[in-house]
Amino acid sequence: MARHGLLIDYEYCTGCHTCEVACKQEHNYPVGKWGIKVNEIVLETFDKITIDYIPFPTDLCNLCVQRTKEGIPPACVKHCQAGCMMYGPVKELVKTMEKKPKTVLFAPR
Amino acid sequence: MNKDQEGEKIVRTTVWSPGAGCHGGCGVKLHVKNGRLVKVEGDENHPWNQGRLCPRVLALTQYVYHPDRLLYPMKRAGERGEGKWTRISWDEAFDTIEKKLKEIRDQFGAESVLFCQGTGRDIGGPISFLAYAYGSPNWVQLGLAGQSCYTPRLAAMFATQGDYAVLDAGQFYEKRYDAPEWTPPKCIIVWANNPVPTCPDAFHGHWVVECMKRGAKVITVDTRTTWMASRSEIHLQIRPGTDGALALAMAHVIINEKLYDKEFVENWTFGFDELKERVQEYTPERVSAITWAPKEKIINAARLYAKSKPASIHWGLPVDQCPEGTTVAQAIAHLWCLTGNLDIPGGEVIARPAFGVTTYPFSSHELTALYGEEFVKKLTGKRIGAKVYPMVANFRGWAQPDMAVDQILTGDPYPIKAAWIQTTNILGGQAADTRKHYEALKKLDFNVVVDTFHNPTSMAVADIVLPAATFPEKESFRSWWAPLSVVVPAIKVGECKSDWEINLELARRFNPGAIRYKSVKELINDRLKPAGVTFDELAAEGSWMMPPEGHSSKPYRRYEKGLLRADGKPGFNTPTGKVEFWSKKYEEWDLDPLPYYDEPPESEVRTPELLKEYPLVMATGRRSSVYFHSEHRMIPWMREIDPDPIVEINTKTAADLGIGDGEWVYVENRRGRIKRKAKVTPTIHPKVVMVPHGWWYPETDGREPNLFGIWDINCNQLIPTGTQSRSGFGGGAYKTTLCRVRKLEKER
Ligand code: SF4
Ligand code: SF4
Repeated sequence: MARHGLLIDYEYCTGCHTCEVACKQEHNYPVGKWGIKVNEIVLETFDKITIDYIPFPTDLCNLCVQRTKEGIPPACVKHCQAGCMMYGPVKELVKTMEKKPKTVLFAPR
Repeated sequence: MNKDQEGEKIVRTTVWSPGAGCHGGCGVKLHVKNGRLVKVEGDENHPWNQGRLCPRVLALTQYVYHPDRLLYPMKRAGERGEGKWTRISWDEAFDTIEKKLKEIRDQFGAESVLFCQGTGRDIGGPISFLAYAYGSPNWVQLGLAGQSCYTPRLAAMFATQGDYAVLDAGQFYEKRYDAPEWTPPKCIIVWANNPVPTCPDAFHGHWVVECMKRGAKVITVDTRTTWMASRSEIHLQIRPGTDGALALAMAHVIINEKLYDKEFVENWTFGFDELKERVQEYTPERVSAITWAPKEKIINAARLYAKSKPASIHWGLPVDQCPEGTTVAQAIAHLWCLTGNLDIPGGEVIARPAFGVTTYPFSSHELTALYGEEFVKKLTGKRIGAKVYPMVANFRGWAQPDMAVDQILTGDPYPIKAAWIQTTNILGGQAADTRKHYEALKKLDFNVVVDTFHNPTSMAVADIVLPAATFPEKESFRSWWAPLSVVVPAIKVGECKSDWEINLELARRFNPGAIRYKSVKELINDRLKPAGVTFDELAAEGSWMMPPEGHSSKPYRRYEKGLLRADGKPGFNTPTGKVEFWSKKYEEWDLDPLPYYDEPPESEVRTPELLKEYPLVMATGRRSSVYFHSEHRMIPWMREIDPDPIVEINTKTAADLGIGDGEWVYVENRRGRIKRKAKVTPTIHPKVVMVPHGWWYPETDGREPNLFGIWDINCNQLIPTGTQSRSGFGGGAYKTTLCRVRKLEKER
């Protein structure tokens, strides 16, 4: 199967933590185990303070095969409150990336 | 996902209160296996959240099946605060409560019992229903100084516009952002709110993000640099509590530069000339000095907002907690009327309960419709605060909280004997001057607490504890704007009962003649009548329904169509039929009919001497994505994300004080001292610290004197009562109290 991945539009990622908990519920991960972890980047190096969030899929991320094989989006993608995550073949996601700045593509496996 | 295998069923329902905690509205699919909730998924067919969910609902299984949940009724076995409880049956619980409260009613009158709730959720319906069945006018958010949560804004909108309005994110349409009737706002002022972590007042925070994706430019008014502020064209980082001055300066620019909507102002408003005169004293120069916001930014913000059409304001609770909250709300609401943004697509849409169904009274008018004029009048005569504050007498039906706690202590003008405390952790949550509320509640003869977990309040003061059901366990309904929805039960946990169930049973015992409903469903079906639908029908439809075109609860431009007034004439539901910049209602209620600015009770301007000793403004109450007020600290997946009671302190301020990130500090003023963990960050204003509220440690000893650690960490101990606005509503000093911060040598 073609490599799949997660595309994050971090212009709109609000750092709401939904992806983290959606993943925990889906995989029943206990405290301390994360399939995805949200990182906060606060910088004062510009003329204003910038705040960005980037969720990072860990080695535990299986891209929710148990869902996607049934045609259901990964738990994080489906529940993301900002609707800023996409799942699909890397080849397709790259096309979106060409058009949309402030995006990051993860191919965890 | 195995949908129908192994006896797994999926129940579509609406989220509201216990479990998520919040103001609700989301559609969810509860996966239930062998009678047990195993998973929660967002309902992609629900217009509110379109499949998305917040962390709290995604952790619902940890809440519902938490080992510490209250599962059966209990009575106190030892002294109050000893933490000794005996399990009792529901019959015994109901019999005891009936007997005790009837005795009190016979001896002291029904008004001597307070019916206390927390923030306005599903509870408003059942608790007001119970209070009125019992005969008490004293329905109150006890502890919430100035009733400073939405009520002031509601009152201001009701008085000046005759209706309530909210940012229009297409929420009245099934198709939402794709609805042809809707257009996105071109500009949004996010005023004193952080829409990311929570969903205030029947508004899903991330709707703002959807508008941003569709081109909305954002102006943020916030003392913190939030994510939203970092994505804004203009960030007005103002001094807490000065929002009223800012609004008046913006009105100054909009009026003097003739940026207002002449057609709308001419045809649909009253008192423009008086407002014009009033705002002259609020020049951007002067207001810049008051608010700390640069003059140019104030002017630019006013221009950007006024020149964008449609434009909208999304405001938050800090508006209510400004000094003179009701007049601050009035000033901000005038901005969307000056610019003609009221009830147009992408503006401020008039929000009415879907189909006119009433879950709980938002105004005296609805109160009267539910309970009859005579009865309401009689009750109002005795309501705490109604004699002093005409707005308290004439808007909604709340007793005045600051006066209520004083009355418990003084017995003047009549004694208070008992408290029915439902869905509110007063001592770990909203109560300003925590110690005063602790002493007051201890003084009462009889206290009942209805909740999902033991908390500092139940431990300290309860005589009887009743276990409340979470939303997946209960039948309820919701018409907080749109859609009309029902909460559908899917599981049963312990002996928990819903607030409606508990209160209906007791209401029948207190007032057997008047209460005719035999079941909660019967009550709900009765209330749903204006929509011509039953609970079961709505449940079968996926739990929700939007009002149709032409109904007065459906937008837009209803003032042109004669859909807002009882007489069917075009115009607004106000005394003049127009939006009143100069408010006849405020005049009738002995208030200044025009908006003005007043300083916080403690501030660099009002109390410069105090500032020398306590140089920082303590703003409390920033929201967390994983908590709802004082809830969820015991939920593992939530606590992991936001583990400690912090204080946000600016990088430079911290350096001056020798405080490093992660170090424990004291936050203190003349009222007391709490411990917090410093979060050193450039995102908070150097002269302000942010102290999140609602903190207690459920993992520590709940008995006296520890009470889950509240005396160590609850910031509301530092906040006074008695700072309410001249109207009686608004002005709780939760964001404006002065403090100092110093390093704690030893760790907690
Ligand atoms: S794709 Fe699935 S496994 Fe990966 S982070 Fe998202 S929810 Fe977790
Ligand atoms: S759910 Fe979406 S918006 Fe929220 S933190 Fe994760 S990626 Fe960001």
